[in-house]
Amino acid sequence: MTVDDRAPARSNVSLARRAWNIRRKALQMGEVQGQGYIGQALGIADVLAASYFHALDYRADEPEWEGRDRFLLSIGHYAIALYAVLMEAGILPEEELETYGMDDSRMPMSGMASYTPGMEITGGSLGHGLGIAVGMAMGLKRKKNPAFIYNLMSDGELGEGSTWEAAMSGAHHKLDNLICLVDFNDQQADGKSTEMLCSEPLGDKWSAFGWFTQRVDGNDLDAVVAAMDAARNSDHNGPRVIIFDTTMCKGVPFLEQREITHFVRVDADEWGKALDVLEEGKPA
Amino acid sequence: MTMASMARKYEARKVTPKEERQATSAMIASLAAEGYDTVSAPFGQALVQAAKADERIVGLTADLGKYTDLHILGNEMPDRFYQMGMAEQILMSAAAGMAREGFIPFATTYAVFASRRAYDFIAMAIAEENLPVKICCALPGLTTGYGPSHQATEDLAIFRGLPNMTIIDPCCADDIMGMVPAMIAHNGPVYSRLLRGKVPSVLTRHKPDYKFELGKAQMIREGKDALVISTGFMTMRALDAAEQLAKDNVDVAVLHCPTIKPLDVETIVAEASKGGRLVITAENHTKVGGLGEAVAGALLTNGVAPKFRMIGLPDEFLEAGALPTLHDMYGLSVSKVVEQIKGWL
Ligand SMILES: Cc1ncc(C[n+]2csc(CCOP(=O)(O)OP(=O)(O)O)c2C)c(N)n1
Ligand SMILES: [Mg+2]
Repeated sequence: MTVDDRAPARSNVSLARRAWNIRRKALQMGEVQGQGYIGQALGIADVLAASYFHALDYRADEPEWEGRDRFLLSIGHYAIALYAVLMEAGILPEEELETYGMDDSRMPMSGMASYTPGMEITGGSLGHGLGIAVGMAMGLKRKKNPAFIYNLMSDGELGEGSTWEAAMSGAHHKLDNLICLVDFNDQQADGKSTEMLCSEPLGDKWSAFGWFTQRVDGNDLDAVVAAMDAARNSDHNGPRVIIFDTTMCKGVPFLEQREITHFVRVDADEWGKALDVLEEGKPA
Repeated sequence: MTMASMARKYEARKVTPKEERQATSAMIASLAAEGYDTVSAPFGQALVQAAKADERIVGLTADLGKYTDLHILGNEMPDRFYQMGMAEQILMSAAAGMAREGFIPFATTYAVFASRRAYDFIAMAIAEENLPVKICCALPGLTTGYGPSHQATEDLAIFRGLPNMTIIDPCCADDIMGMVPAMIAHNGPVYSRLLRGKVPSVLTRHKPDYKFELGKAQMIREGKDALVISTGFMTMRALDAAEQLAKDNVDVAVLHCPTIKPLDVETIVAEASKGGRLVITAENHTKVGGLGEAVAGALLTNGVAPKFRMIGLPDEFLEAGALPTLHDMYGLSVSKVVEQIKGWL
């Protein structure tokens, strides 16, 4: 299968517009609950747009299609962002947006495989995704299935020992079908990642572990797309990682300028205001 | 998640009308709205007070200082506070190391991550060496609607199986403020559950002279029809249920048992032997391996066999949703406690 055959690449909606749609849906979900990890969702929207509308192959009407590229959301609390992109991709019906976080919803606050079509694993207990990704990449190779495994993780997860066990394992088993995406927003629950348990120099660490490593601005769509392509097409005989430096709350300036914390405060009347501000920057 | 709901993943859902919506309880679960006065950050306050008097006390957390009230220590005595990052294994290993060098480390995280991720490090580096590390964990049992990743439904069972470990499940702010000095006075490892933020003060309202005592179960309320032996915030639910049942002339006694291990067998056996009462255990924990089974074992071993029932969580991964919905669904709410007791009498 060539890169151009992949389903999302055939769409003529711009990636910028996809990212914008993801941001809008995430804000709408936040408004429904009056809460949500909106800072993270806005920050990672460009990476998700490039993943689901450029890099990944999948069938919207058949989420468990054997040939799909698997996208693992290790960070369960980013579920609001993944629901937005799953709706944008047509895997989840948009009509259910207003059930977000409600009792009996298919979109619980923390992402779980057993609730949501398109949610490959149950995240939330952080530091699980990459290990599972290693096993799935091994499984695909055994099955001679050419699909890729993507694992989206956070900078906070770099603190967990399990992450580095998986990193060493992925390289040892030469998993060239494994692509790890790290959201480096320099934020964790108690404060800035680099001030709490510093993982820098991060690129050097991954390289030393045997990974094909790139580090780009995760809110620069062109750079994100180029890195996604390079990760997929590299002839490196092992796994690939892209570290994305992202800005929390990206796309809503008054939130970007707010004191950034793990759970960015948004007052009840500000969801609508944020949606209005976003509307002003609507791409074609 | 049950098998039944798993199969429902591909079933479309209807949107709840706005008026009927209930938001999911956030990570910062609170039991503040139960009609009791509250105390702000009782754990953090008690720890700062203790740390001022004892230089051996230090606090360590794995990226959950703000979420376990350890940030109070971090703010007031930054020199005693260690931020270990989101790394629960090194949290416990390092706490063990500091204890070896003569300190009394308080290590905080969520109950799920201590009991699941860090268990081996607690077992071998801390418990086997009987080191005085105090592991204090927020989000006990079913206190968040985030689903199984954050619902510590089996932590007591896990730690009950661990030799040397003392285990506390406090009911309220009164217990928490009393248990901190008791944990320090006890020269060995302790696992305690925590309630954080605005925490209700329950026990002293029902019994003004109540004081937490490590290893002691205490009668909070007398009653002749049924005896509830409860731990954690289920004592609050049992007391509230008892008040409601009293209106229907059902007389319920409540024996609060905040120390799960070592269990106060003497008091439990003595109370359960009195006057042919129905004996009920109540815990915010799976019925597998928690207070209920501990009490049952103690009673049978001592030749006491009253009519016996357990209130607790089912042997399942629980649902996500709003906390009041979940407490109703799994039988922990006051109304469900009342209903269950009435049904058994
Ligand atoms: C194993 C584990 N430890 C602790 C937590 C609690 N927790 C939830 S989110 C979070 C912060 C983790 O950092 P990151 O994912 O980078 O946070 P963000 O960028 O979203 O602020 C923590 C400590 C968890 N979910 N899992
Ligand atoms: Mg982060």
